[in-house]
Amino acid sequence: MKPDELRSLAQKESELRKSYRYRINVCCSSGCMPFGSLKVLSAFKDAVREFGVEEECYVARTGCVGTCSLAPAVLVEPGDYLYQNVTPEKAREIVKEHIVGGRPVKSMLYGNEAFFKKQLRIVLRNAGKIDPLRIEDYIAVGGYYALLKALTRMTPQGVIEEVALSGLKGRGGAGFLTGLKWRYVARAPGSPKYVIANLDEGDPGVFANRTLAEADPHAILEGMAIAAYAVGSQKGYIYVRSEYPLAVQTLKKAIEAARSMGVLGDNIFETSFSFDVELRLGAGAFVAGEETAILASIEGRRAMPRPRPPYPAQSGLWGKPTLINNVETLANVPVILLKGSEWFSSIGSKNCTGTKCFSLTGKVNNPGLIEVPMGITLREVVFDIGGGVAPGRRFKAVQVGGPSGGFLPEQLLDLPIDYESLTKAGAIMGSGGIVVLDDTSCMVDTAKFFTEFCVDESCGKCTPCRAGLYKLYKVLDGFTRGEGSVEDFSKVEELCEFIKEASLCGLGQTAPNPTLTTLRYFRDEYIAHLVEKRCPAGKCFGNSGGGGVE
Amino acid sequence: MSKPVELTIDGKKVTAKEGETILEAARRNGLYIPALCYLEGVSSFGGCRVCVVELKGSPRVFASCVTPVTGGMEVVTDSEKLRRYRRWAVELLLAERPHVCSVCVANGSCELQQLATELGVDHLRVDREWTDYEVDLTHERFAYDPNRCILCTRCIRVCDEVEGVHTLDLMLRGKNSKVIFDLDENWGFSRSCTSCGKCSASCPVGALYVKGKPLSEVKKKDLVSFIMERRSEK
Amino acid sequence: MAKIRLATVWLSGCSGCHMSFLDQDEKILELAGKAELVYSPIADVKDFPENVDVTLVEGAVGNEEQLQLLKKIRRNSRILVALGDCAVNGNVTALRNSLRNGDEEVLKRAYVENASLNQGVPEQVPRLLKRVLALNEVVKVDVYVPGCPPNAELISQVLNELLEGRAPVLEGRFKYG
Repeated sequence: MKPDELRSLAQKESELRKSYRYRINVCCSSGCMPFGSLKVLSAFKDAVREFGVEEECYVARTGCVGTCSLAPAVLVEPGDYLYQNVTPEKAREIVKEHIVGGRPVKSMLYGNEAFFKKQLRIVLRNAGKIDPLRIEDYIAVGGYYALLKALTRMTPQGVIEEVALSGLKGRGGAGFLTGLKWRYVARAPGSPKYVIANLDEGDPGVFANRTLAEADPHAILEGMAIAAYAVGSQKGYIYVRSEYPLAVQTLKKAIEAARSMGVLGDNIFETSFSFDVELRLGAGAFVAGEETAILASIEGRRAMPRPRPPYPAQSGLWGKPTLINNVETLANVPVILLKGSEWFSSIGSKNCTGTKCFSLTGKVNNPGLIEVPMGITLREVVFDIGGGVAPGRRFKAVQVGGPSGGFLPEQLLDLPIDYESLTKAGAIMGSGGIVVLDDTSCMVDTAKFFTEFCVDESCGKCTPCRAGLYKLYKVLDGFTRGEGSVEDFSKVEELCEFIKEASLCGLGQTAPNPTLTTLRYFRDEYIAHLVEKRCPAGKCFGNSGGGGVE
Repeated sequence: MSKPVELTIDGKKVTAKEGETILEAARRNGLYIPALCYLEGVSSFGGCRVCVVELKGSPRVFASCVTPVTGGMEVVTDSEKLRRYRRWAVELLLAERPHVCSVCVANGSCELQQLATELGVDHLRVDREWTDYEVDLTHERFAYDPNRCILCTRCIRVCDEVEGVHTLDLMLRGKNSKVIFDLDENWGFSRSCTSCGKCSASCPVGALYVKGKPLSEVKKKDLVSFIMERRSEK
Repeated sequence: MAKIRLATVWLSGCSGCHMSFLDQDEKILELAGKAELVYSPIADVKDFPENVDVTLVEGAVGNEEQLQLLKKIRRNSRILVALGDCAVNGNVTALRNSLRNGDEEVLKRAYVENASLNQGVPEQVPRLLKRVLALNEVVKVDVYVPGCPPNAELISQVLNELLEGRAPVLEGRFKYG
């Protein structure tokens, strides 16, 4: 593709888009699909035909708008009218009243304005508003312009500088400065170099990366291509879980479309830069999302992490310099190049710029996928966006960072969300899972539940994680039955410290967080189990057992 | 020609080869760091975490068998914290499967047993697991008791890197990990096994052993490093 | 100086640790000068006494009777020493923990399969616990002396240190098995 072709295609597509008075976006992502969104989609198409408004109303199959509790969700533009729990019957009514009659159907609209008001969508800028299977939709909203700009008007060093100045940090959890990582890979001797997009989102209850891939796959591809240009790579891999069939399918089609459009392949935009992307499917292990385990898995070996150094930047895939970024990190990149690092670094907090996607789940009124500026408080996320807990229930704790994230109590809700604050409080940014618990959850049982998850997902390589976590689980299991004594707390804390400090990879290094934070902030519940032999939440001692989160 | 690297280990100035690990540099200079899954002559695994050391300027601990030396590095091999961590590592390994030294073929020559003595692991603070893996006696000369395996993968690495056969590997994950022959065949029916015996010679405990002989009678010390040394001299 | 009150107890074990204890040769005479043996399989005392200073316990906990006895020992002893591998971690006694229904299996093997006359478990045999327990799975243990058996020299050293009011540190001095 030539630069002019991109411009004229974008022009044409955006004019086409503007030629419709209305646009009905039907979410057909993994969240809404099981609720019949494909039937809703065809009902909308039928209704538009039935009422003869095909010329003025476009019906699009899109990705997720984020309100997963409203499935199937439908967004009508202009005005961003969000309809909830739409059925084929309701679809017809919406077309009749809203499109033909010009009167939004108030009774079906989602009433909670705060859900969107406090969000800021950079990564999810197009989610729910474009058809992920049409590359033209992406181009119409400015897609691949950043790549064009990078290739034609910036040097690789210039791209790295821009990303570094933006302050963007890795969104996969560790929060390493993206620009710095790129610089390492760019400077590392050796060729070829590889770029890997990490889409192995294995945390239960976390679906931000999946949603991104299903809603806006080209944002990932464009970010990868820019990264490849910056570090001097010609080959990229997207490592995606095979449990994400829709994301896999969407990405596959996106790669094909990008190749035939010429934004992937040889001599992109008539420059000397060539880049191609392949998908690699993981076999469903949580630990495979660890960057060195990804390397092993792509090379065809058992997905076991290896010690660092050497870091992948020096010796990665097949021993070559390799850049591994989370897909959310990569999706930020095109926007940074187009709007500038200064604009990006003005968002969020001083040491933590930009936004972060969170999967908000648990006992919260408005679960879903959200994107918020860094530095927002947990209270705003849980109570303003999430709408708090159910009436009559009391908020108890919020887990931040996936299964190995810590649990924070009410008194820490005013904590700003950034890497440092969360780590200091015993939680982690992790993959961006936020699980809200109310007073029906037992913290001992919940700690046990998440420890069990990590026991199951430990690869078995290092002693602390393999043997230590299992012992920790057994002790917690005993606690839920009132076995043990408060004297065991120091032993548990010592064991947790060993697992955290001496484990080989991030799984073991974070897995004790649920135990440590619940022991720190909810010690009274442990004491109730061990001394009074009762469970304050009524979960343990033979009452309705099961995990801490339903 | 690689450049020499200067570092200090426990305050002592040491010269190491570029690319060498901390453990190798320490041992070549006669300094002791306890280790278990490490085996001279094959690649390092970094799994047991017994050989952890501290590096000045970092709050973390590092497995010395897999951490390369860098110039100016200040290594601490002994501290209250390191002893505590090493004790946990050995204690967890002892508790992970039913290690009963008194009836084990490796009694007296077992590296795990020796480490327990050395580190003062005189009891277990966690429950013991009493696994009941079947003992594989199908090979005519060797036996395999998974109940004594500590998953150090020395046998796997030796079989792959020295004998070049890769009969052994790991199956399953986490605490269920198990060393297997071929695709989990009985040893005696493994088609790839050459019966060379290097795996049992490398086993630090009594999991892989020569039938009918206590480990103390089987001369095996440093077999692998001896072979590798001979090969490199050729 | 008043003699300290010393007890030795034999739970589920082979008595090898007691043999090793007796194997201290002339040191046992020195010990006799400093300690009074208030309870032991080698002394004819029926009930575990009160106010014991040091109790050496050989063997693991294999049945209900031993479980109750051990709890009483703990209540009545100032310092409780786990003597030998069975007491420390279960050792051979606990090998039956790997078997499904190990408690029934060992009784069946001993009293049915290997008996030529009067096959069947006699009533007097105490009920076995489902799982054999090390001492520290039941009570708090103050000193651990591993070994199968721990050698006489080590036992002697540990006792001397205890008699002199020091907590023995066994690092580098003991050996499992």
